[in-house]
Amino acid sequence: MSLSDTVAIPAPPHPVMQVLRMLWRDKVALAASVFLVFIVFCAIFGPALFEDIATKQNLRGRNAAPFDFSKDWIFWLGGDALGRPLLARIIVAAQNTIMVAAGAVVCSLLIGTTLGLIAGYTSTRVSQVIMRLADVIMSFPSLLLAVIVLYMLAPSVTNLIIVLAITRIPVYLRTSRAEVLEVRERMFVQAAQVMGASTGRIVFRHILPIVFPTLVTIATLDFAFVMLAESSLSFLGIGIQPPEITWGMMVAQGRPYLTTAWWLSFWPGMAIILTTLSLNLLSNWMRTALDPVQRWRLETTPRKK
Amino acid sequence: MMAGHLLEVRGLSVDFHTAQGAVHAVRNVSWHLDRGETLAILGESGSGKSVSASAIMNLIDCPPGDIDSGEVLFEGRDVLKMSDEQRRQLNGKRIAMIFQDPLSHLNPVYTVGFQIMETMTTHGVSKADARARTLELMERVGIPDFGTKIDAYPHQFSGGQRQRLMIAMALALKPDILIADEPTTALDVTVQAQILALLEELQKETGMGLLLITHDLGVVAEVADRVVVMNSGEIVETGSAAEVYRNPHHPYTKKLISAVPGTGGMAASLGTGIRPLLDVQGISKRFGDFLALDEATFTVLPGETVAIVGESGSGKSTLAKALLRLIEPTSGAAFYDSRDLVTMPPKELFELRRDIQMVFQDPTQSLNPRMSVYQIVSEAFAIHRDILPKDRWQGRVRELLEQVGLDASHMRRYPHQFSGGQRQRIAIARALALEPKLIICDEAVSALDVSIQAQVIRLLRGLQERLHLSYLFIAHDLPLVRDFAHRVVVMQAGRIVEQGPVRQIFEAPQADYTRSLIAASLHPDPEVQAERRAVRELRREA
Repeated sequence: MSLSDTVAIPAPPHPVMQVLRMLWRDKVALAASVFLVFIVFCAIFGPALFEDIATKQNLRGRNAAPFDFSKDWIFWLGGDALGRPLLARIIVAAQNTIMVAAGAVVCSLLIGTTLGLIAGYTSTRVSQVIMRLADVIMSFPSLLLAVIVLYMLAPSVTNLIIVLAITRIPVYLRTSRAEVLEVRERMFVQAAQVMGASTGRIVFRHILPIVFPTLVTIATLDFAFVMLAESSLSFLGIGIQPPEITWGMMVAQGRPYLTTAWWLSFWPGMAIILTTLSLNLLSNWMRTALDPVQRWRLETTPRKK
Repeated sequence: MMAGHLLEVRGLSVDFHTAQGAVHAVRNVSWHLDRGETLAILGESGSGKSVSASAIMNLIDCPPGDIDSGEVLFEGRDVLKMSDEQRRQLNGKRIAMIFQDPLSHLNPVYTVGFQIMETMTTHGVSKADARARTLELMERVGIPDFGTKIDAYPHQFSGGQRQRLMIAMALALKPDILIADEPTTALDVTVQAQILALLEELQKETGMGLLLITHDLGVVAEVADRVVVMNSGEIVETGSAAEVYRNPHHPYTKKLISAVPGTGGMAASLGTGIRPLLDVQGISKRFGDFLALDEATFTVLPGETVAIVGESGSGKSTLAKALLRLIEPTSGAAFYDSRDLVTMPPKELFELRRDIQMVFQDPTQSLNPRMSVYQIVSEAFAIHRDILPKDRWQGRVRELLEQVGLDASHMRRYPHQFSGGQRQRIAIARALALEPKLIICDEAVSALDVSIQAQVIRLLRGLQERLHLSYLFIAHDLPLVRDFAHRVVVMQAGRIVEQGPVRQIFEAPQADYTRSLIAASLHPDPEVQAERRAVRELRREA
């Protein structure tokens, strides 16, 4: 590397362009993000477009088999026990599912990380209090907690988000605290202290960017967990109730028909798997994109073998 | 019977395939080693000095590694053509190896006795015999209390003792060749001298061939018969150690020898009657019952370099941290500009951070890997808002980078894209951004190669002249201190045992400890080193 070449500093390309270019390089992540955009689109506009079709019963089309291309396209994935088209129901259910899952994951991520940063960077006493709180939440069966809370409060989407978020907080809290305890001893944190950097600056500028990718990876894994937890709550009758629908609930509703009509559970299950998988792939890509040491993998064209 | 050499490497070329294409780790390397001889392979990081040893020991992972051509003859047989099973019979038994960092090569969950015995039992020695031999070896390498220590775990030994244990392990099966990869780099100078002496004695006893891989000309001068100098994967020079030092032919060797510290003139003192910039009065730091720093008292004048030397555990880094208030001193005072650093309230301390800055030992760790060079250097301005308006940051960063000899167009790059020496320059630029008057350098050049070290020292000296900076230079490397410092403070076990002008410390040391430190440090000239060794022998006999 020569030090003497005096090339003018090339203006860095616009950040959005840079991100898109890096996404283009990783075709798997690109496919994942396209799928996620589609899911988000369904979640926003699905109920408005397909609400009527999804709730209209058609007893002659009960448990209609999938791939019957002679029918209307909306029935291509088959019909459910009341003859409602599965495709339409999945699209409509996307809204509740994504809202609950994303809401719970984002809330627990934010609260858990904040508490974890505090626990990791302040006095031992504060840290002890926070950690014992986390222990209490962890040692309490999460489903039982949800049952009690939702029994007392009305089972609504907001309450569901709150309950699920609380039960997932310790995961982020413990991870971020452990990471902070390690990162705060690194030399560049000391270097910042020597320069007189404030605690806020050290935490947000130096520690958080190192910890963040790990937390996002956990969050994407948690997404699937929360979707399934939500369906078990619905199953117990304290989550979201019919006629409202979610993917998890559709899986649960299809359970009695598994031997005769597998598609009732299969398609919503597929939606859950694909969404989580896409999130995972995307978080993987993001981990690489955020790390300057790894970023070249997305910036150079892959060599032909 | 031995027509050829004990070990001979002929025309060895090794490539490593990386994402950025093939890297030629070594190209066409040839050398040989005879019984009872010490051959040193000398080179800086990235020179490929360890690669041929790895090829001998079958430690190169293929892929990504790829042995392109060449042969490695051990007693006339090519080990590269042997089966893995045959090579395992050779490794450990006939050819043994010791490494730089003994802690990471000893398994923490087994006793050291078990680990030494294991080398023997895997090669078919009975348990009882192995244990007897282990005790014998531990005594031989100088482990005190070996009868009970055989059942101790690695963490219960000091760094020097661990290296002795590694040597014991390597010698368990009386190998014909011992390969030592930077065996003393992680150790203190006095311990280094002991280990090298031990290796030499053992070699005389067993008649093994010793292959020493090192970056340190002093180590070469101390033990090597012949030396192979490597640079970027090629051998640039071979010859007897004395000859290569006296008459280097290749420009690289010449550069390397001239870069070795400890041979230039010493700086004169700055004179008296100047008001000190920093006046440290009896500063102490206690961790529980352990007194890490015991009443350190010294001064630093404006424009002066004060070196603090001592071995690991001497409290020199604790002193630096106490002065920067990264840890709170237990007692004592430190006056900077007649204000006491120790009792200063946070607000004043914040202001003072601009005047006292620090450069850390390892630039790889002291630079945030997720920040660009521009962000790293300009952080100073973001923290101390009143220095510069934001629109002038970029110009100033450019200026600072040029001042430390870096290309300003690299400011959008990240630390990992630079070499070690360049990273340390970035760290210096960051320290300079606040326009400090005093920079504390904590082993700031110890992690760098000799030639890079010389460059960084030259840079620091130039900056001192231009900006009238003071340095508190913490180091364990005496030759470096001899070249760079005005005054020297010698520390041992938390206490200052001696301080004075550099000339006085090196030419007329008063404390015994200072004398033993100076005696243990290695001179790059084999003849000087031979003389010193003779003196040591005499003293031991007396």
